[in-house]
Amino acid sequence: MKSPQSWGRFPRVAQETRALTWGSGALPSAPGPLLPHGLGRSYGDSCLNADGTLLLTSALDRLIDFDPATGVLRCEAGVTLDTVLRLVAPRGWFLPVTPGTKYVTVGGAIANDVHGKNHHRGGTFGRYVRSFELLRSDGTRRVCAPDAHPDWYGATIGGLGLTGLITWAEVQLVPIRNPYILQETVPCENLDAFLDVARASEADYEFTMAWVDCLARGRKLGRGLLFRGNFAPPQFDGLPLAKSHLSHGSGLAVPVDMPAFCLNRLSVSAFNWLYYRRQRGRPRQRLTHYDPFFYPLDAIYGWNRIYGARGFLQFQCVVPYSTARDALREILERSSRGGVPSFLSVLKTFGDIPSPGWLSFPRQGVTLAMDFANRGEKTWRLVEDLDRLTREAGGAVYPAKDARMSPESFAAYFPRREQFLPYIDPAFSSSFWRRVNPPATPSLPMLEGRADGATPPVSLLAIR
Amino acid sequence: MKKVLILGATSAIAQATVRLLAARGASLYLVGRNAQNLEAVAKDAATRGAAKVESRALDLDDCGAHEALVEQAMQALGGLDGAVIAHGVLGDQDASQRSWAAAEAVLRTNFLSAASLLTSLANRFEAQKAGTLVVISSVAGDRGRQSNYVYGASKGALSVFLQGLRNRLAKSNVAVVTVKPGFVDTPMTAHVPKNKLFASPEKVARGLLAAADGRKNEVYVPGFWALIMLIIRSIPEPIFKRLKL
Repeated sequence: MKSPQSWGRFPRVAQETRALTWGSGALPSAPGPLLPHGLGRSYGDSCLNADGTLLLTSALDRLIDFDPATGVLRCEAGVTLDTVLRLVAPRGWFLPVTPGTKYVTVGGAIANDVHGKNHHRGGTFGRYVRSFELLRSDGTRRVCAPDAHPDWYGATIGGLGLTGLITWAEVQLVPIRNPYILQETVPCENLDAFLDVARASEADYEFTMAWVDCLARGRKLGRGLLFRGNFAPPQFDGLPLAKSHLSHGSGLAVPVDMPAFCLNRLSVSAFNWLYYRRQRGRPRQRLTHYDPFFYPLDAIYGWNRIYGARGFLQFQCVVPYSTARDALREILERSSRGGVPSFLSVLKTFGDIPSPGWLSFPRQGVTLAMDFANRGEKTWRLVEDLDRLTREAGGAVYPAKDARMSPESFAAYFPRREQFLPYIDPAFSSSFWRRVNPPATPSLPMLEGRADGATPPVSLLAIR
Repeated sequence: MKKVLILGATSAIAQATVRLLAARGASLYLVGRNAQNLEAVAKDAATRGAAKVESRALDLDDCGAHEALVEQAMQALGGLDGAVIAHGVLGDQDASQRSWAAAEAVLRTNFLSAASLLTSLANRFEAQKAGTLVVISSVAGDRGRQSNYVYGASKGALSVFLQGLRNRLAKSNVAVVTVKPGFVDTPMTAHVPKNKLFASPEKVARGLLAAADGRKNEVYVPGFWALIMLIIRSIPEPIFKRLKL
């Protein structure tokens, strides 16, 4: 069996796999440290475990209970958000928080404490987790909730799968009266305009996010389109509402790795220009089914393959409002000059609603996500630069989208790291965790080549 | 099939079938060996929309319990119009060659217990002149091969038993559907390296239900196995016996 990859398809590591079938069973004995692995939608190495074993949770996909009166869903950890929506949306319920893909598991959503377009209103996924069972390698099982084992609860939400295996979870859903979203598109001339519109939209719109043309420079730096929306009211009679079933995507797929020359400065800038124009010409307000609104990229199956066999690096940071304008300007400028354009860049504001998770990434400020085709050292140096700018701005980088942050960065971004350490299961680890937490004694052999983080590698391609 | 008895409900193919039936709002009576796992499947089915779910933990090797089991299922669901026999073991060919006990265990689970259940079910369905019996056999039953002839024999015997049953029940409006999956990616084959011939349990379950709905006789799932097995069956024995299959 081929070793699972992460969504960014970088780095590539060799690891064992064990498929879990029943949540009631004991953890398997396997070589090296263990790490739960759902659908591998994390971009970097937080879902990889070089020389260890991945515990594949995709068969732990049973629903346990759903109460259509209260919207409380209990299910096994490998159930996907897609499965949840298919079950609950027709009955008037919705995920309280959803990331930009529905192909993640409930366990993965908890372990990464995912956020969505409504962070300013709803906070993170972890806030809606009423309880879950945590199975440790010593065989103990704990049902964790805000008032039962609150320490294990806080450590496991956003805990990157390191505190043990989540076998099942109970999630509070939110009621909807319409599966359609009334969406408005606002063109933003530049970064300043985005920040103004985004803040102004927070009061009236449940969902906001902006797509940014990463190649625009100068006065147009940060140019893009802000999308904001709310669930449409019931009996909205302007546009057809009859089709309340789930759409199943456009059926488009990226069948093979695209050759590297397809994705260059010219093609990306042409795409961005066209996208900006096309959207600008459209009616500003329209009704759209939740599926394309929340999951536009899910319609193109395997879109990560457009970056070719060498994969890509994702970079998502959040910076506080106090430093956001300057830091984001610098970050956008740096990436537009870097010669390795980001195909899809997304800006969004985070509110001040705290997460119960100790290592949760979202915090108040502005978040920017970009992806860069892997062009070796050039890309590496650029992302390293962006990381430095984020650190200087007092922000943080998202572990689920990272393949390269240094131990120093990690410690700076996640001040509750020390509190978290005792809760790591001694039999669990990940490539990411070993990278950002190298052994204390420098004389010890590094577990992985890049554990020191300070020096860029001779060649990115050498690391597989 | 609206009121369905599922034997071996915790198997991967059965679980996938249970989900499809649950989504249609069928009533289900689930039987499996492990009570805890069975409960997980039952709750999953109930949450996905099954009109009613009852379950009973039982080792189906105990043929003496079959008559009462079928009776219970009929009482619990208020009758039966379908049954899916999905329990089975792959066994270990090497062990089966060394010891008769190992071979006998495979034959008992895959053939004897299925034949016993079918006897009970067939008599009731024949009497009510309605119903669909769906049984998971295997492409391995189409021709004996040195690498797994004990398993193959158990499934081959089952396929022949079903042929006869189909012949007998044709006049009683009872459908007997033999489903022959090829390689399926399940815990049963977890140790086998996967290739393009492997199908997912979901795909097999869809094929199984389509065959049941269409009251088909024998189906290969996925369909390309019909061609593969046609070729395999066509190889003359003098040549076949020298092949390493």
